[in-house]
Amino acid sequence: MANGVMTQTQHIPYLAQKGLKSWILTTDHKRIGILYLVTISFFFMIAGLTALGMRYELMTPELDFFRTATEYNVAFTLHGSLMVFFFIVPGIAASFGNFLIPLMIGARDVAFPRINLLSFWIYLVGTAILLSALAQPADTGWTFYTPYSIQTGTKVIMITLGVFVLGFSSILTGMNFIVTIHKLRAPGMTWSRLPLFIWASYATAILQLLATPVVGITLLLLIAERAFDIGFFDPAKGGDPILFQNFFWFYSHPAVYIMVIPAFGIISEIIPVFARKPIFGYKAIAYSSFAIAIISFFVWLHHMFVSGISETAAAIFSFLTMLVAIPTAVKVFNWTATLYKGSIDFHSSMLYALSFIVLFTVGGLTGVYLGALAVDVHLHDTYFIVAHMHYVMIGGTVMGFFGALHFWYQKWFGKVFDELTAKIAWFLIFVGFNVTFFPQFFMGFQGMPRRYATYPEEYISYHALSTYGSWILGLGVLIMTVNLLIPLWKEGRPESSNPYGSLSLEWQVPSPPPHENFDEIPTVTDWTYAYGKK
Amino acid sequence: MSTWIPESASNLAASVDNITLFVTIVSVFFFVLISAVLVAFSIKYRRKSEDQETAYITHNPVIETIWTIIPTILLMVIFAWGWIAFKELRNPPAEAIEVNVVAKQWLWEFEYFTGKKSLNELFVQQNKPVRLIMRSDDVIHSFFVPQFRVKQDILPGSYQQLWFTPTKVGTFDLLCAEYCGSGHSKMLAKVNVLSPEAFARWEKGDELEDGPALAAISVSPVERGKDLYSQRGCLACHSVDGKEVIGPTFKNLYGKTEKLADGSSVLVDENYLRESIYEPQAKMVAGYAPTMPSFKGILSEDEVTALIEYIKTLK
Ligand code: HEM
Ligand SMILES: [Cu+2]
Repeated sequence: MANGVMTQTQHIPYLAQKGLKSWILTTDHKRIGILYLVTISFFFMIAGLTALGMRYELMTPELDFFRTATEYNVAFTLHGSLMVFFFIVPGIAASFGNFLIPLMIGARDVAFPRINLLSFWIYLVGTAILLSALAQPADTGWTFYTPYSIQTGTKVIMITLGVFVLGFSSILTGMNFIVTIHKLRAPGMTWSRLPLFIWASYATAILQLLATPVVGITLLLLIAERAFDIGFFDPAKGGDPILFQNFFWFYSHPAVYIMVIPAFGIISEIIPVFARKPIFGYKAIAYSSFAIAIISFFVWLHHMFVSGISETAAAIFSFLTMLVAIPTAVKVFNWTATLYKGSIDFHSSMLYALSFIVLFTVGGLTGVYLGALAVDVHLHDTYFIVAHMHYVMIGGTVMGFFGALHFWYQKWFGKVFDELTAKIAWFLIFVGFNVTFFPQFFMGFQGMPRRYATYPEEYISYHALSTYGSWILGLGVLIMTVNLLIPLWKEGRPESSNPYGSLSLEWQVPSPPPHENFDEIPTVTDWTYAYGKK
Repeated sequence: MSTWIPESASNLAASVDNITLFVTIVSVFFFVLISAVLVAFSIKYRRKSEDQETAYITHNPVIETIWTIIPTILLMVIFAWGWIAFKELRNPPAEAIEVNVVAKQWLWEFEYFTGKKSLNELFVQQNKPVRLIMRSDDVIHSFFVPQFRVKQDILPGSYQQLWFTPTKVGTFDLLCAEYCGSGHSKMLAKVNVLSPEAFARWEKGDELEDGPALAAISVSPVERGKDLYSQRGCLACHSVDGKEVIGPTFKNLYGKTEKLADGSSVLVDENYLRESIYEPQAKMVAGYAPTMPSFKGILSEDEVTALIEYIKTLK
């Protein structure tokens, strides 16, 4: 057992201090986590509303909700870039990573608390630049493909500059977490006892550190080309449009794992607790995060199979893409096997974790269609891609995120939400998500291209169904959000500091934890997953 | 058309569909397996009492090896098969007939080796391989015909090729699959697959018996103009309901006085309309970019007349 026996003397919860200054100048990792949580949730809401608008437009083939196709195009650009760069990439890593890493390894804070605050401030500067761009947003899609992004009359520079600035925040956070995990583990917290969320955060941090500079440079070149007419990417000026795609995906493929690996970590924490079982295949899960992180640097060309790359390059990258699918599959088997002979409690966070397994499986399997060269030729840039990425990003990352919110809610905020309402919201989200995105696989097979403001009649029934689904999904998220917000304004405290019987260190401190986390740094004597009868 | 996959109308479709089928079988198998196990465990091992005992099972090398190796083998099969079919997609036979394709915002131009040209309509012969040599005039576009299972991005500044042998007579949608701006979703065209006889007639320049051109003649000029408006891609930039798209709307256009970029103004009459179609940059309406291509050699005088008749009706 993790030795969590701590003397609970008088302590002041980290939330006790009030006032603006106590927030904007805080170096407490738990508070910084909240700052991120609030900001990313804000962008999740804005981008989600944009998506509802797009789905509403797509109910019928002709334009009716937006006035022009450009307005629709701006909408999907905003939706994609906000969701990717402002919500899901910082996402779990910045919010839960900040809150959980020091608590889980038995530390008082991250290694560089001030740099941590600086990361957040850089992130805010990035968002401020972005918000200033909202008056005249770009219409390039979140991928900013050249030469369209160079030639379009809409404003591209501000939005890319915002993303560029965000990159620094990501890099600093990654660096901070790596040092924290190396240097601040409590006595006895060996590598083989580490919670899997820590392993996942470590793998993510490596990706952030190594991949983010590439997107930064790429966007800088794009800005330079637009502002000063230097020909990097536009063939009209002697540039190469494919070069941009290479750069972009060299970052953005690893980035999809920056998005999802933290969620792998979350799921690996939730399932053992509610199944009261040791995680099955600890080593396989821990190492496969690293395997995925490393291989994911070498698969970017699978986004460009029909871009005009060589046949040999296509073959090599198809092969490597298949390799990524192996550790992914192994993880899914491990989580499922953890349930075997367990004692399963269907807490709302467990429901999200279980839906993660099912939906992420769909996402991973459809990735295999796209990794197979000849099949990808047909499916590339259709709604099949849209469905695939939403199954991995909502079905995967967002389910993990929601699961984490419900699981650590008491610990983080020291409040209790209504469990029945949470379950109802989960049900709506699960159903709504599938109704929205499952038809898109079929639409894609039929040939419906993505990023179409209007579309041929024959796709109308799929589109209509998808739009109805988005309403159910939206309602679910609304109910969930309200349910999680209400308790924050109410009195009341959790009855127990460890209601689910977790062995992990963060559950051995009060809810909410004191400012210093631990009265005394604990000594760990067993791994985090020692559930069940030996 | 089935709900699963569009009709297959090229020589390449079958092998793509076979792989798709194989991947689908594998996927459904694993999806059902995972879901069934998950549901079964959820029911069997649900918490019945607080002190329910659970087992201490941490790993099992045998089962872990098995479930690593089986997916690996399947994935390698899928990779190899996908690659083999991809080679076929990428390598046109030597006897393929060449057609030059120019994609631009937001239309398709086709030029055949006989010197014939067509706009937003590609004519090909059944069972004869075609090789398209494609370039873009502006940004990246992508040639996509779902029924043929082919797709290729078209770049500015270089040629990209794509080939297929159409196997079924009929008309198929050609869609631009790479986002290219405000007219992207209207950058649609048709691929007309003709029987050898019909194709020979079309090459000689005769009107097609049952082809679109002849069918159009038997209708009034207004209706013909309306068809041309969508077939020839005017709709990508000009609305008919007053909405501002890329170019001026056609609604209430006829009879109106337009302000030109050079400060003068002009009455919109038949001659102005004809000139604007054949030489779009001759008189630029203030506030619009000079993006419209010339339709000289693409639209006949007859067709322009029909279009003008149509525009006149838009009040
Ligand atoms: C088994 C694992 C996976 C495989 C084999 C896989 C494969 C692929 C392939 C080949 C593409 C490119 C398809 C195309 O553009 O034609 C793709 C697109 C995409 N994938 Fe995955 N994928 C996997 C998992 C993931 C995960 C975990 C995420 C994110 C959390 C993800 C996010 C995306 C996104 C966002 C795109 C679309 C990007 C765009 O074009 O906008 N994928 N995937
Ligand atoms: Cu990728």
